[in-house]
Amino acid sequence: MQAKKRYVLLVSFIVFVALLYNGLKWNAKRAENELANVERKSANNDEDSFRASNTKSFLSRDMLQVLPSFSEQEYYDDGDEYVESPKERRSTREHVYKNRKCRMESCFDVELCHRRGFKIYVYPNSGEKMSPNYKSIIASIRSSHYYTNNPEQACLYVLSYDTLDRDPLSSDYIHNLGAKISQLKYWNNGKNHIVFNLYSGTWPDYLEDLGFNLGEAILAKASFGDNFYRTGFDISFPLFGKTHPFKQGQGGLLRSNYFPPRRKYLLSFKGKRYTYGIGSSTRNALYHIHNGEDIIMLTTCKHGKNWINFSDDRCLTDNEEYDKWDYQALLHNSTFCMVPRGRRLGSFRFLESLQAACIPVVLANGWMLPFAEIIDWKTASLPWEERLLLQVPSTLREFDDDVIMSLRQKSQFLWEKYFSSVDVIIRTTFEIIYDRIYPDQARPSFTWNMEPGGLFYLPSYSTFIHDYPFYHHYLDIDVTQQFTAVIQATTPITSSSAPVVKLVKTLLLTEACSQIVIIWHCARSPPSATRWQTLALETGKEVIIIDDQPKLMGRRFHPFREIRHNAILSLDEDATLNVQEVDFAFEVWRSLPDRIVGFPARSHFWDEAKSKWVYTSKWSNSYSMVLTGAAFIHRYYLALYTDWLPLQVRNMVDQTSNCEDILMNMLVSHVTRRPPIKVTQKKQYKDTSPNQAQSGVLPSGGVITKWSDPQHFAERQVCMKSFVESFGYMPLMMSEIRFDPALYKDNVSITRKRYPKIEI
Amino acid sequence: MPETNLARHRFDTLVLAPITILVMLEGTVENFAHRRNERRSIRYLNSVNCASRYKHKVDNIMALRREHQVVILIGLVAVLLLLWQLGGFSLKRKEETVATSLHLDTVNKLPKYVVEVDSLATSAKTDQKCKMHNCFNVYKCGNKEANQITVYLYPLVNYVDVNFDSITPSISKEFYELYSSIASSRYYVDDPTKACIFLPPIDLLNQNLVTAAAVGPILNSLPHWNHGMNNLLFNMLPGKAPDYSTSLDVPHGKAIVAGGGFSHWTYRNEFDVSIPVFSPLTQAATLSAPPAYRKWLLTSAQVNLHNDFRVELEAIASENRDFLLLEKCRNVPENVPLNQTRCWRKEQKPYPQILQESIFCLILPTVRLGQSALSDALRTGCIPVFVCDTYVLPFSEVLDWKRASIVLYENHLPKVIDKLRKISPFEIKRMSGQVDFFWREYFSSMSSIALTTLQIINDRVFPEVAKGYTDWNKAPGVSSVQSPLFLPLMPPESDGFTAVILAYDRVESMFKLIMSLDRVPSLRLILVIWNNQQKPFPARREWPIIDHDWKVIQTSQNKLSNRFFPYKEIKTEAVLSIDDDIVMLTTDEIEFGYQVWREFPDTLVGYPPRLHLWTEDRHLRYQSEWTNNISIVLTGAAFYHNYFNYLYTYKMPGDIKDWVDEHMNCEDIAMNFVITNHTGKAPIKVSPRKKFLCSECITGGSLSLDETHMVERSTCMNHFMEMYGMLPLKAVNFRADPVLFKDEFPEKMKKFSNMGSL
Repeated sequence: MQAKKRYVLLVSFIVFVALLYNGLKWNAKRAENELANVERKSANNDEDSFRASNTKSFLSRDMLQVLPSFSEQEYYDDGDEYVESPKERRSTREHVYKNRKCRMESCFDVELCHRRGFKIYVYPNSGEKMSPNYKSIIASIRSSHYYTNNPEQACLYVLSYDTLDRDPLSSDYIHNLGAKISQLKYWNNGKNHIVFNLYSGTWPDYLEDLGFNLGEAILAKASFGDNFYRTGFDISFPLFGKTHPFKQGQGGLLRSNYFPPRRKYLLSFKGKRYTYGIGSSTRNALYHIHNGEDIIMLTTCKHGKNWINFSDDRCLTDNEEYDKWDYQALLHNSTFCMVPRGRRLGSFRFLESLQAACIPVVLANGWMLPFAEIIDWKTASLPWEERLLLQVPSTLREFDDDVIMSLRQKSQFLWEKYFSSVDVIIRTTFEIIYDRIYPDQARPSFTWNMEPGGLFYLPSYSTFIHDYPFYHHYLDIDVTQQFTAVIQATTPITSSSAPVVKLVKTLLLTEACSQIVIIWHCARSPPSATRWQTLALETGKEVIIIDDQPKLMGRRFHPFREIRHNAILSLDEDATLNVQEVDFAFEVWRSLPDRIVGFPARSHFWDEAKSKWVYTSKWSNSYSMVLTGAAFIHRYYLALYTDWLPLQVRNMVDQTSNCEDILMNMLVSHVTRRPPIKVTQKKQYKDTSPNQAQSGVLPSGGVITKWSDPQHFAERQVCMKSFVESFGYMPLMMSEIRFDPALYKDNVSITRKRYPKIEI
Repeated sequence: MPETNLARHRFDTLVLAPITILVMLEGTVENFAHRRNERRSIRYLNSVNCASRYKHKVDNIMALRREHQVVILIGLVAVLLLLWQLGGFSLKRKEETVATSLHLDTVNKLPKYVVEVDSLATSAKTDQKCKMHNCFNVYKCGNKEANQITVYLYPLVNYVDVNFDSITPSISKEFYELYSSIASSRYYVDDPTKACIFLPPIDLLNQNLVTAAAVGPILNSLPHWNHGMNNLLFNMLPGKAPDYSTSLDVPHGKAIVAGGGFSHWTYRNEFDVSIPVFSPLTQAATLSAPPAYRKWLLTSAQVNLHNDFRVELEAIASENRDFLLLEKCRNVPENVPLNQTRCWRKEQKPYPQILQESIFCLILPTVRLGQSALSDALRTGCIPVFVCDTYVLPFSEVLDWKRASIVLYENHLPKVIDKLRKISPFEIKRMSGQVDFFWREYFSSMSSIALTTLQIINDRVFPEVAKGYTDWNKAPGVSSVQSPLFLPLMPPESDGFTAVILAYDRVESMFKLIMSLDRVPSLRLILVIWNNQQKPFPARREWPIIDHDWKVIQTSQNKLSNRFFPYKEIKTEAVLSIDDDIVMLTTDEIEFGYQVWREFPDTLVGYPPRLHLWTEDRHLRYQSEWTNNISIVLTGAAFYHNYFNYLYTYKMPGDIKDWVDEHMNCEDIAMNFVITNHTGKAPIKVSPRKKFLCSECITGGSLSLDETHMVERSTCMNHFMEMYGMLPLKAVNFRADPVLFKDEFPEKMKKFSNMGSL
């Protein structure tokens, strides 16, 4: 009982002390508050404090001027201490920043490329084993127009040793590679070399190590970790499987832009799970967000021989659930696809979901996404912080429909442009390096990230965006108001009523045509330039005649320096067009400058019996080509034709003097994924009347057209076949539309119509 | 006074350190849970744990003898009281934080803060491998509601040694501006426990003024330093003589550096932020409007260039008369500030005004890579030419410098003029527009530099709401568009379309329309939107029997916007919007319209066309005559992508939607605005001229083609234009017909032969 009293006393004492302390504190706080109120009141009079919240107050403007500036003396002091010259600095740099510290400025001989041009050399076959993918890579480089077989003219070197799989446990692993490579004649510690790799390191730590000294070589590697990646020097490469197509494989799987865009499942994943070791925690955590309804996270422990030994509590139930679902079905029915890291950072799933237009949610901290240097991945995927896995569901649910629409289309766009085949992957890789070596020509970022993609931006053609037909809407640029007519002349001019003279006279009457370029593809020497100029004298237009050599059919699409405008009216010399037809077609083209806009159209179809593509010139309800004997084409496509198309198909055109229009139509449709445009015309075009045909071969290799010749028609069938092979698919697309003037053949007075002469 | 401060600081750290740690830990877990809706599950877990633990305790107590109960109860009371006391402490501490928070008006008489550098822990070694995922605590950034990082600013203090001599630089005007702009920004919080980013109170903008040996340990001793994690340091002039490091040369552990003058080697990609070097000296100079014609092609105005560069530049200048090579002035009168003048052939030129006369401005490296000359160039609208190897361009993580500058390797400096001459006037105009935009938005003041930096970090932390490339790089006012349906897909022909009929009471013509639609091969579903609130739609048995599915939706209000709602019943991409009295279209015409839409799926494809015209006083006038131009097609009969229903319903600017519903008119004009605005593409008119009965009737059928109607439509157009801030409409002079339309060809072989007949 005594003890009890003591306790009571103690307790009451403590209570007393506590009350006293807190009471005092409360008093002090009240006083403080009052003080603060006073301060606040006075501060409110100050003009600057208006925008500040009540806990902040700012210096008046006058007081601010009193403060010193951070760099008072910068301008004149520093220069005097400057000892190292720019040259010295460069050479120090080149000695200090080697190997792991490589950057373009210290490890790559940019000058070599400026001196020799951007040429790529591949070492001759080493005799070592080579995987199909590496063979594709080499084949792609060899077919590139950057390729050279002369090492003395190259600025970039590619090994013929297969370095794709550098996992020592793999059967593709080449041993003693370091020693073999160092004996290569041009190796030079890897300078200006590029090494491709898909797998590096091995169980259990999966270090990003290639098993040989890379030296100063650029590494294009999949599953790049951001601390291994040498910024602006290496290339983060996509991880693709053994069956990845070499050229123009399966396109994206998105068939239509359906709306609303949400699929059955919000998010899904199906894959292996590692219960221990490097990278295992990422997939081990996935079950937290699985809800069996719209979020499906499926993992299996069943892989490898000893999986039972490593299995954990969840394995059995997980495995069971795993087997109930089909991976492909999930891929196609999910709005988002989870792409978690595995042992390595990247996984096949990334490209698979891009192809299926399932927006990737990437859970791989530190992974450099493929081609991250040029691709704005935020617009096509959701790179997510692994630590915030639990927030993924609510974040995805909050996305608006328009955001999902855009992400999905972007993911599909990127797949088609940069990942759909080994060939585009390799082309992209080299264009990235090209942009680094020629920074003044480098593509603006948006050209990589919007249709038709960076591979269709040719710095050698122009580095000015308005010279391209794709960006008028995006950059709010007007389409050119004037065009250049390019006429291919193949027959000698015998009188002033020759078709070509008539044609020129017509063109001189059109307002928008400010320049006429005649490409002289006739064996005889061209008529003197002055005669043309007198024709054009009063119009202020320019007429140029180019005595082109060699006289090859494909040269009609040569982007001659003389051509001043981006809009080109490509013409045969015997084209019969009137002024209004030209004016109207030009107006249509100005609305759709990325298409070919022309008059007579042709078509193609798949002949089931012969199982081949067939060209047809029969009139029908649809078309897929317009003849380039009378069509508006953007100048850019001439550059593409000349600089981008493989030599082999261009040679075919030149050898047969035929098919140039088919090739051009295929090229444009390949770029735009759209059919050409046919506009209405007054008369039927020449090729329908057999009388007009000219046949026979001109003695000195002049270009001839021969429309009615059955030989000609047969050639075109052959052309179709080899062009389709070259593109890897049939790029032509069908249209059922013809564009007519708004009041064409309408029952209104002819005087109210702008283009009456098209009708009469 | 200093003693008290010091005492309080020590007291705080000693007594409260464990509690703070507890609070922080708690905060971490809480934040983590709070950030998203996962709150429930975790809370649930916690409460389960607590309950079981508590039960365990109670059992123990029951097992004790009764006498001891009282004692233990008393003990518990004592413990509770003690806890209350401690609680009082932590409460008090919080209040103090509020009370002692930022006083930015005392910057010139800062409280002194005594530190003995030697007694502090050593500084945190800079971690060169830092990335957001290994050096940044995301759990602190829990402000999910706003998707926004929070920034805490330490109260500014003056660190002094035991002799009261300053050991940190005094606060500069720029640092003050930086601090105050963040304090008044939306990112600021005054409670460090709620902060995601911490800004240490030391002015590190100029490395020359900083003693690294002293500042490193001070940073390391800051209460929220935590190895530098989540701390942000601003620095503009890094490095010191003689070796001039390209990054802040103060050991800074895992802190993010917003630095001017990073090289590729020191810059921790997507962790640090490359910022511009602010130019305070020229900030004072006033600029007049730039001249219309810039007479110099290129100007070099940097005065502290290395002699080797100067020799190269002189060689260029001797060959190119349009290259202006400025240099330091000697013998300048007293009253002219040295830094605001440059000399050319002994002639004095005001700087930076002289840059306004040049198209391009050369930016070369000096001892440092970051150049205030860049800020001067941007300010004067002079396009920068970077010849500055290894330099990480300011804000290059988000800004596309290729659109606003020329970049060359230093080796190629002699070729600079050749490169520049090739650039067309058009390109120059475009670039300088971009330069102006960059300057205004991101470079013009310390405030814009600070807020841009924070926005970049915000984008990293919340990628789901990050600003896109276009947002960062598009100058406002430029009406640039990218079609929201940019992927060139052609919808499969088999998909077909959904006909959405807006109906009111013209049942007879509606039935006629339904029957004629039924014959269109590509029709999938007829959706009747019954807008009449008085009269119910006809009973099912009265409807015509047709092959296709049909459905009626009774609206709850007679609103015109009902016709443009993305109903879940619409399963096709294509929607044919059609009035209940449009019975004159033939099957071929409708089917062909669908084909045209398939080939142009992001445009509006319709039948009766209209046109906008400008009046002399720059107003719009609605034109319903048949003309050679088309800028509108009426949605009384038009195909478009269902996506535009969504845009119409949820994303239309201003009050347009309400306006339309209020005026019971112009919904078709509004839809034309929506589509053209988002795609930049004019509508396409299909098929020849037809006589549309009552084509201007919208609903109710009482309106007619009279003057008032035209006036009202014109009013709509002008109002919409105001809402958009521009006119998105575009006119074209063509229409779409079938390939063989009116051609001399057997009619029965034409796919669409019944076109244009009445």
